[in-house]
Amino acid sequence: MLKLPIYLDNNATTPCDPRVVEAMLPYFTETFGNAASRNHPFGWAAEEAVDFAREQVAKLIGADPKEIIFPSGATESDNLALKGVFEMYAAKGNHIITTATEHKAVLDTCKHLEKQGARVTYLGVNSEGFIDLKELEAAITPATIMVAVIYANNEIGVINPMRDISAITRRHGVLLMTDATQAVGKIPVDVNKDGIDLMAFSAHKMYGPKGVGALYVRRKSPRVKVTAQLDGGGHERGMRSGTLNVPGIVGFGKACEICQQEMEEDGKHLQILRDKLEKALLQLEESYLNGAPNQRLPHVSNISFKYVEGEGLLMGFNKSIALSSGSACTSASLEPSYVLKALGLGDDLAHSSLRFGLGRFTTEEQINYTIQAVTDAVNRLRAISPLWEMFKDGIDLDTIQWAH
Amino acid sequence: MAYSEKVLEHYNNPKNVGSLDKNSKAVGTALVGSPEHGHSDIMRLQIEVNPVTQVITDARFKTFGCGSAIAASSLVTEWLKGKTIHEALRIDNMDIVEELNLPPVKLHCSVLAEEAIKAAVNNYRYKNGLEALVLEEEEEEYEEEEEESESAFH
Repeated sequence: MLKLPIYLDNNATTPCDPRVVEAMLPYFTETFGNAASRNHPFGWAAEEAVDFAREQVAKLIGADPKEIIFPSGATESDNLALKGVFEMYAAKGNHIITTATEHKAVLDTCKHLEKQGARVTYLGVNSEGFIDLKELEAAITPATIMVAVIYANNEIGVINPMRDISAITRRHGVLLMTDATQAVGKIPVDVNKDGIDLMAFSAHKMYGPKGVGALYVRRKSPRVKVTAQLDGGGHERGMRSGTLNVPGIVGFGKACEICQQEMEEDGKHLQILRDKLEKALLQLEESYLNGAPNQRLPHVSNISFKYVEGEGLLMGFNKSIALSSGSACTSASLEPSYVLKALGLGDDLAHSSLRFGLGRFTTEEQINYTIQAVTDAVNRLRAISPLWEMFKDGIDLDTIQWAH
Repeated sequence: MAYSEKVLEHYNNPKNVGSLDKNSKAVGTALVGSPEHGHSDIMRLQIEVNPVTQVITDARFKTFGCGSAIAASSLVTEWLKGKTIHEALRIDNMDIVEELNLPPVKLHCSVLAEEAIKAAVNNYRYKNGLEALVLEEEEEEYEEEEEESESAFH
């Protein structure tokens, strides 16, 4: 029996894997110590648990456990990486290069740094969602301290060529920072092979708990330092004060271990389901895939259904299927997704987009239901869309005389 | 954000979807919500008017937009039928907000529906050689007040 509602918003957050919850439970009640309490068994047990989790997390990304610190999530990690490097490397320069399709945690932090005297270059992307590597290299100046490029995009799932990018940053002696929130645990990520110097990611996007994330900070060639953004007890080697979230960190470690073991199998399963969904929905007239079709996370699909508005479309099935739209009918600005706009989509297509985010627990039965429900809703809304009628009558919408 | 029951009802069972003959002299057609002006919704509203009584005998819509925009369009087609065009012009966007229980982020949907009514009426009048009707708007006063209060902060 199909259980409703179906969850297809796994880029927003994932459910905790039951194995993760099981690993966490003792750390709320029995092993509740403060990992910084050095003088008694309660503290020692908590510290041991954190050390073990730090190894699990480090192993998943090919890092040394000493290179992992545990902030509250990817947003805090992005803030710490960008602000921390900007302050620490002020003597070297004030220029940061990033891209137009970063997560807001990176873009808004860069905007903040601009007010503090940073110069930030925002690289545009092509219609598939990729930056031009020649443009990146040309943007590097002697004052450039860091390049920040998202590993895999949260809206369209496009995976950036991190190795090609790091070849450039290495050549110029510039740090490479990446928000890898959507990539870690889903596809192989190796900080050494990928040439990454700082990397932010989060537990709750990979079947771990909310409220804990990681920042990878390289210790060797080069040794990277960040200025702490929270003052206090000097936890996490001085880079992030604050009592460690021991149950969260334990769960994060377990989530990383499971991902490491099951990533390959999960990825294959997800890609089969995603491709089935995508193929069926792209059969609909005037539907378009957003972002590069191939270099993409296996569980994400972003599709525009032209001539229907995304939020209106969601309403057709949002009691039975949970997913996101690139439309912004509710936001104050009424501006649609800036990521889709950066790909060069017009407002019409950006407003018409849906993001499908499959996950470890998605079934074929759920995908079959979704194909039917979305197809029905698109057809129903097109029947009441004036734009669809004009399209069918062969009227060029660009020539319409609007009332005002 | 949860939708009100009335929005859901209109969305699931929209009233008066469709078209009237836009070449008929009795029909006024409005197409409002140009995407270039930053709208996320586009409404086409049509009314059929009895030339003698000036009573709206039929109304139809098609809308590209969110559930609230579809509901607002469906609602006004119901309201318009049986009203004279002068009565129609008195429909205020806040009446729509109240009836559908729209939250502040959806005010723009009601504004667009009000604009559609005015544009449809005036399209009918234009076709019949009558000058456009403009109702006095109270909003201008508000705008001035806002400007004043804004400048006080500078």
